[in-house]
Amino acid sequence: MSGFERTMSPRPSQTPDDLKPPVTTVGPLGWLRKNLFNTPLNAVLTGLTLFFLWKTVLPFFRWAFVDAVWVGPSNLCRQSEGACWSVISQNIRFILFGFYPYDQQWRPITAMLLLLGLVFFSRDRKFWTKTLACAWIVGLGAMGTLMAGGLFGLPPVESTQWGGLPLTLLLAVFGLTAAYPLGVLLALGRQSRLPAVKLLCVVYIELIRGVPLISLLFMASIIFPLFLPAGITINKILRAQVAIILFTAAYIAEVVRGGLQAIPKGQYEAAESLGLNYYLTMRLVVLPQALKIVIPPTVSILISAFKDTSLVVIIALYDVLKTTQTVLSNPEWMGFSREAYLFLAILYFAGCFSMSHAGRRLERQLSTNRQEGG
Amino acid sequence: MDSSQTVASRPFHPKEPFWLDPRFRALLFQALVLGAVALLAWYLMANTIANLQRQKIATGFAFLEKEAAFEIGESVISYSAADTYARALFVGALNTVKVAAIGIGLTVVLGTFIGIARLSSNWLIARLAAVYIEVMQDVPVLLQLFFWYALFYEMLPGPRQALNPMIGVYVCNRGLIVPSLNPHPAWRWMILAFTAAMVASWLLRAWARRRQDRTGRPFPVFRTSLVLVLGAPLVTWWAFGFPRAVTLPELQGFNFVGGKTLSPEFSALLLGLVLYTAAFVAEIVRAGIQAVGKGQREAAMSLGLRPAQVLRLVILPQALRVIIPPLTSQMLNLTKNSSLAVAIGYPDFVSVANTTINQTGQSIEGVALIMAVYLFFSLSTSAFMNWYNKKARLVER
Repeated sequence: MSGFERTMSPRPSQTPDDLKPPVTTVGPLGWLRKNLFNTPLNAVLTGLTLFFLWKTVLPFFRWAFVDAVWVGPSNLCRQSEGACWSVISQNIRFILFGFYPYDQQWRPITAMLLLLGLVFFSRDRKFWTKTLACAWIVGLGAMGTLMAGGLFGLPPVESTQWGGLPLTLLLAVFGLTAAYPLGVLLALGRQSRLPAVKLLCVVYIELIRGVPLISLLFMASIIFPLFLPAGITINKILRAQVAIILFTAAYIAEVVRGGLQAIPKGQYEAAESLGLNYYLTMRLVVLPQALKIVIPPTVSILISAFKDTSLVVIIALYDVLKTTQTVLSNPEWMGFSREAYLFLAILYFAGCFSMSHAGRRLERQLSTNRQEGG
Repeated sequence: MDSSQTVASRPFHPKEPFWLDPRFRALLFQALVLGAVALLAWYLMANTIANLQRQKIATGFAFLEKEAAFEIGESVISYSAADTYARALFVGALNTVKVAAIGIGLTVVLGTFIGIARLSSNWLIARLAAVYIEVMQDVPVLLQLFFWYALFYEMLPGPRQALNPMIGVYVCNRGLIVPSLNPHPAWRWMILAFTAAMVASWLLRAWARRRQDRTGRPFPVFRTSLVLVLGAPLVTWWAFGFPRAVTLPELQGFNFVGGKTLSPEFSALLLGLVLYTAAFVAEIVRAGIQAVGKGQREAAMSLGLRPAQVLRLVILPQALRVIIPPLTSQMLNLTKNSSLAVAIGYPDFVSVANTTINQTGQSIEGVALIMAVYLFFSLSTSAFMNWYNKKARLVER
């Protein structure tokens, strides 16, 4: 910058030989100078950070990769300095599938692959057709059949034996798909002109948002059975699922309300002047715009709902976190929590990161604002 | 407002059948919804009462007066197993308040720091902050709590080999042990002096503002207040002859004597909650700073304001307006997430209530108490923050 100004307005006394060459901003050296050492303070900070990274990342790398034990029994791990990844590799089937019968575990694998396939195809908006919706319905049915059995010669498996990753995914996927429409309904109720409906929705949303999820899970596991007539019991997974749905819906409702408030009044009036009734106004004019506005906050609600499924540990459901803890409580594998929890962290990170990535993509694709670059 | 207009603009036509009248339809629909909800509530209540009678569970809060007969690991006030359930629950509530208050303070500081680091012109620091935020946001907080808790028990040595990073500070699997101040009357007087100085500087600010409105002459409020708030306790300290006796923790046998011990449960809970929530706060702070246009700073500087004044009078008020509402919900999230303490054995309110439910079988009352306490926390925090938010709001004409 300064070099540029000097060449533009050379003072008469200066010959071009006196000028210093401009500071380079191209090439690796220029990039370093521009991004890491542009001021003395930044140079010091860079130095400190590099030192900190060298002190932490290098030992971590040695621990996690160089000295690590990847497969093999636990006594091999106890002799080694590094990470014991064999706590994962030796117990992977229990961590992933819990108490699901050992010889039937191909069924949850197939169900999960089916789910992953559906999610993969749903990423691209090109495929958003009626066929995909049908595929989802058929797919979810097939997954349920695979897990529960009892049809087509598959031996039935009680839901008390379901566990691990399929349970986590089940709670997340069904929770999100059921909570979303419920949340939209609640948001519409809160914005409604009918005072009684509005009051009900406000009370529901504020009550649920004011309490922690685990109090709802306690309620699901302790009090729901009291609500039902004698002799009727609902299984534990379903009760937890209901609690997750009720909880997530309240949060989605608040996000959607934000979107509804952002729609200018003129849109409602225009729809009314066309003679559209309430249902058509909402479906054709208001909701498509409102839901598009709130994609970023919705995605973060969905991500936190996915993370929150891990809380079912507290009411002793064997989701993937609980199966891992069960492995760790085995004396043979005691003391390798770091490795096991890191593995789980990577698993959850992969899920959440891909969700937020997909959310950003969707936002870009649906953007009608040409100025921000489509 | 809008609805009354619409309804009024369509007067009831006598030939129109009454079921096409929008007013009648609105009433009918609401009656139907209310009826359905009431029916559902009645059905659930009837079932519950029948079930409770069948299982012979007493209802009501009479159990609160009974002896709790369980120990609580740590408490702010004195507590023993002979105390009542009511006192046990109160101890739990205080423990929740303790971890939430300390956690919120640390989170705001750390989150602001990381949020600013995220905007640093230093590529390395900005990247590191971004990676921190992404990783922390994408891993469940319960998993993080388990991780830190396991780290305390698996990584740290026993009291005999306790790490000693500073004189008087020990870290081991019994927790974090720090020196404690010896009791002295000076401490209470210093707190009093501090409070008095705070009140004085608040009055001073009001006076200075009135004077500036009247005469236009500014008064260096900030510097005077700083001197007052720091000086008054120091002077009090000096008046008592600088009491600075502390008890250093010492290893005796298998445990430490003296000093203050932060239990591994408390430390793990605090660490997990702060590191997790700080990532969200950092994003909020970044968004708030970015929301203030560059022109605002330039305009303020062109008016001749000093950099500190630009920050205090122009940038911060606008950034805070964007930051406060989401920051409030993060504070509430931290408070609600502290209920996960039940998973790692810190005796917070949920944990104590859960033990109470297991011992008395009074599940409905127990869960109702949990919900009531958290609703109280949530509503009072948001009431306070709404009041503050209203003060900081943009006044539009």
